[in-house]
Amino acid sequence: MQWETVIGLEVHLQLATQSKIFSGSATTFGAEPNTQASAVDLAMPGMLPVLNAQAVHHAIKFGIGIGAQISKHSVFDRKNYFYPDLPKGYQISQFETPIIGKGSFEILMEDGSSRTIGITRAHLEEDAGKSLHEDFINYTGIDLNRAGTPLLEIVSEPDIRSAAEAVAYLKALHSLVTYLGISDGNMAEGSMRCDVNISLRPSGSTLLGTRTEIKNVNSFRFVEKAIHHEFQRQAEILEEGGTITQETRLYDADLDETRSMRSKEVANDYRYFPEPDLLPVVVDDAYIESIRKSLPELPDGKRTRFMTQYGLGPYDANVLSGSKPLADYFEAVAEQCGDAKIASNWVQVELLGQLNRVGSSIEECPVSAIALGSLIRRILDNTISGKMAKQVFESMWAGEGDADEIIEAHGLLQVSDTGAIEAIVDDVLSANAAQVQQYLNADEAKRKKLVGFFVGQVMKLSKGQANPQVVNELLAKKLTHNEAE
Amino acid sequence: MTAVSNGVTKMAIEHSEIEKIAVLSHIRITSEEIGQLAQRIAEILQMVDQLQAVDTHDVEPMANPLDAVQRLRPDEVTQSNRRDAFQAIAPAVENGLYLVPKVID
Amino acid sequence: MHTKSVAQLAKGLRERQFSSAEVTRTYLDRINALDGQYNSFITVDESAALAAAEAADERLANGTAYALTGIPIAHKDIFCTDGVRTSCGSRMLDNFVPPYDATVVERFKSAGAVLLGKTNMDEFAMGSSNESSFYGPARNPWNTDLVPGGSSGGSAAAVAGLLAPAATGTDTGGSIRQPAAFCGITGLKPTYGRVSRLGIVAFASSLDQAGPMAHSAEDCALLLNAMAGHDPLDSTSATVATQDYCATLSDSLDGLRIGLPKEYFGEGLDATTGECINTALKELEEQGAKLVEMSLPHSSLTVPTYYVIAPAEASTNLARFDGVRYGYRCENPADLHDLYSRTRQEGFGEEVKRRILVGTYALSAGYYDAYYKKAQQVRRLIKQDFMHCFEQVDIIAGPTTPGPAFALGAKSNDPVAMYLEDVYTLAVNLAGLPGLSLPAGFVEGKPVGLQLIGQHFGEALLLNVAHRFQQATDWHLRTPGSATEGTL
Repeated sequence: MQWETVIGLEVHLQLATQSKIFSGSATTFGAEPNTQASAVDLAMPGMLPVLNAQAVHHAIKFGIGIGAQISKHSVFDRKNYFYPDLPKGYQISQFETPIIGKGSFEILMEDGSSRTIGITRAHLEEDAGKSLHEDFINYTGIDLNRAGTPLLEIVSEPDIRSAAEAVAYLKALHSLVTYLGISDGNMAEGSMRCDVNISLRPSGSTLLGTRTEIKNVNSFRFVEKAIHHEFQRQAEILEEGGTITQETRLYDADLDETRSMRSKEVANDYRYFPEPDLLPVVVDDAYIESIRKSLPELPDGKRTRFMTQYGLGPYDANVLSGSKPLADYFEAVAEQCGDAKIASNWVQVELLGQLNRVGSSIEECPVSAIALGSLIRRILDNTISGKMAKQVFESMWAGEGDADEIIEAHGLLQVSDTGAIEAIVDDVLSANAAQVQQYLNADEAKRKKLVGFFVGQVMKLSKGQANPQVVNELLAKKLTHNEAE
Repeated sequence: MTAVSNGVTKMAIEHSEIEKIAVLSHIRITSEEIGQLAQRIAEILQMVDQLQAVDTHDVEPMANPLDAVQRLRPDEVTQSNRRDAFQAIAPAVENGLYLVPKVID
Repeated sequence: MHTKSVAQLAKGLRERQFSSAEVTRTYLDRINALDGQYNSFITVDESAALAAAEAADERLANGTAYALTGIPIAHKDIFCTDGVRTSCGSRMLDNFVPPYDATVVERFKSAGAVLLGKTNMDEFAMGSSNESSFYGPARNPWNTDLVPGGSSGGSAAAVAGLLAPAATGTDTGGSIRQPAAFCGITGLKPTYGRVSRLGIVAFASSLDQAGPMAHSAEDCALLLNAMAGHDPLDSTSATVATQDYCATLSDSLDGLRIGLPKEYFGEGLDATTGECINTALKELEEQGAKLVEMSLPHSSLTVPTYYVIAPAEASTNLARFDGVRYGYRCENPADLHDLYSRTRQEGFGEEVKRRILVGTYALSAGYYDAYYKKAQQVRRLIKQDFMHCFEQVDIIAGPTTPGPAFALGAKSNDPVAMYLEDVYTLAVNLAGLPGLSLPAGFVEGKPVGLQLIGQHFGEALLLNVAHRFQQATDWHLRTPGSATEGTL
């Protein structure tokens, strides 16, 4: 049977704030255990939460970014369960009235097709601490530094149909939240964590199958692998006529498998009720409007603009608008060199290629956008050839200076002087009389090939410095002349 | 005060229900105490069931007596590290971590 | 010395008639000598108290003293006190020494008051008799066979027994007013949000409120001046401006409209208690007040409403007591579940466990709408009753309790009978209103409390009415024989 995968994602996004969502403790990553756990975070008796304005601001920013309904009156609830990394015995979250309601955004696939993924809701809540199982033999150690870090839980509709779409969704989401500046998006540090809800149904069916929830999938690659694995597992069960158990499963990246979390099977009854230590969060139109006005250009808008303003194709526009630093870099290059299409080409092929090879990000790039733009200008004004430019780019990467310095130092200046090139052309033609003869007797296709040969010889003799355009023009003139004779 | 029922009134509560809420509350209950506990809780629930007779159609639940709204705190770090003071009163700590019996997922 | 009011002590200290060290020593000696019969204190730190008294004396000497500088105050053992054990009357927190002060404690400290000790209470403030304390019941100084009321029974007993000039309490369903009534003192539960809840071990977050307990309304006003005010660290703390609660104490009652809810004078009210209340109301009438009969139609629902909401909130507020970060931890836990369930089995007493279970039940799947949501809806109806009445009257008056203090053990095996003790006080908490109990006579040697209920943030008027009453009567000046017999 052909199976269709139905996927919904729950993303826990750590919001970029100085202090925690309900206390004045720092949120810095990697501090010594429990040094950023205040009396509030430790749920000391009598301690009370007070809501961080920045967390609300960030959540609303996100809501505007996905065109969602913003709740002007939202409520925090207690989600009650016992776990050692949950000091109060409840998590402060939002259940019935999340701050962000329905919204959506578009994802673009590599083949250029696009899909709209619905967002069910996004709500504010506090992160839990960390349980460290490896440090002791008979004990688990609890570090509550992370407890109380603000989270935005973003729940998608079950609109995703493949692992590739899931990854595209996450990348687009990552791009959006970093554009908005509401999260550092650092997945290695757990700033963006993902639970995957997945079910299968026969292709063509509109019913939803029984789903499983896979927790702990914390990189784009693992999302892809976990979905593939879970698809296989569920498909095998269904093919054999079995049924899927609705359960929580854990993805184990080391073993590349998902396994049931039986400890979570104990009938959970979270007993949500309005958090009496907090009051309803009320925001007005003016506040929402002020945030809307402060919003930067978002990936979607930027992509469209890149297509209309620079004439880029959808794929190129999508890649270049994927992260704000990259988009800014591209635009600076385009402005400096004056040709957006060549700039797009250089940024994607040479620059991103080199960054990928050395595993660096655009922020760490040793070649500035101005420097790269200046280099491209030297191609456009015929100072150097495109091939030379690649050589110059490598030297720039190695820190040898700007384009002009390197061209000068390496003697790479392109020769456009007709007299000098004509002498070389003459030499080449007389040294290859046989080929000239062949040319004169050949058809168009063959002639083209032979011109290529002559050009190559000229370039070789000029050590690559001859302007190819001038070479072509002279060759054409000389060969026509020979023919006339 | 008459207890009028519209479906939820309970004269007795099953022992299994007591066990269930004891598990949710993480309170160990011995088999000796469960009978009396069930009896007491049933009495309380019976008293509470007077509420079922009240017409609360269209009445907004009241979570806060003043119907006030939340104030927001500026995003500033105001707490410094007091780990030593907090862990001095903890039952079991090592290397700055709180210890609990091994948790198996 | 020990029969002086806070106001008199403050005057004497300012005029250097005696030192804070002398006052504090007097009370410490009385505690040592007499508290064996009341069991009103859980913890007394003599040296800390005397050190604070000496510091106060310095401030008194160099002219940097405030109204309460040098006055010894006892705190209910529910207020976290930096470096002083805060047990909340529970085995769970028997070893708990918080490294921080509650905002209320901090405010008293900066006002220069001396922390005399921590008073006995029902475990986690759940009780109306003080019998659920892990440290044994406190006793009523008027008759030590009687309960002092609860949950702030230790504070009430300490003040009534003249072991402290004043004390703090907390009131979730009557826990200041009921023991104040039983022990013949004055106690005020302010408007919800008037006094910060930060650092008060939470029982039911939407109902809890701290307030003063003292002999007179004037003393309560002095204490409230120190306690009241906005706290940015408590989201439910009110931003409404405070006032000088002493300034209007003597205002005339001429034209004051006092509402008498018929539900508070009907079936269930002890007849002699009712007579005391009526006599007291006549006194107010003589001072120019107008008595207006009125009705609070949802009164009969306050007990069931309260006994859903309070246990529900408590069931999750008390989830943090898990043996991991502070407090009691069971011996040799086999695994995590054993750590939790045995710590909580052994650390909590019967009434607390019962309320956690009831609250868990009320919030659990399938019951939430029928219990919790329903109670929150009825709660609004109860509040609306008051709002309607306050369109016609300035304050509401009635008995604080259905009858005077009962004997120890009389109701401890019947939770529902115990809950009905709070029938007149619960509504005030549900509606978030201020309520005050003041001594209004005796039934067979047992004090009777008159309850005054005000509009939101109307504490000043309640104190004014109580003060005027106390200017004309001497019920609040009566002292129990057990406190004055003997050499001290």
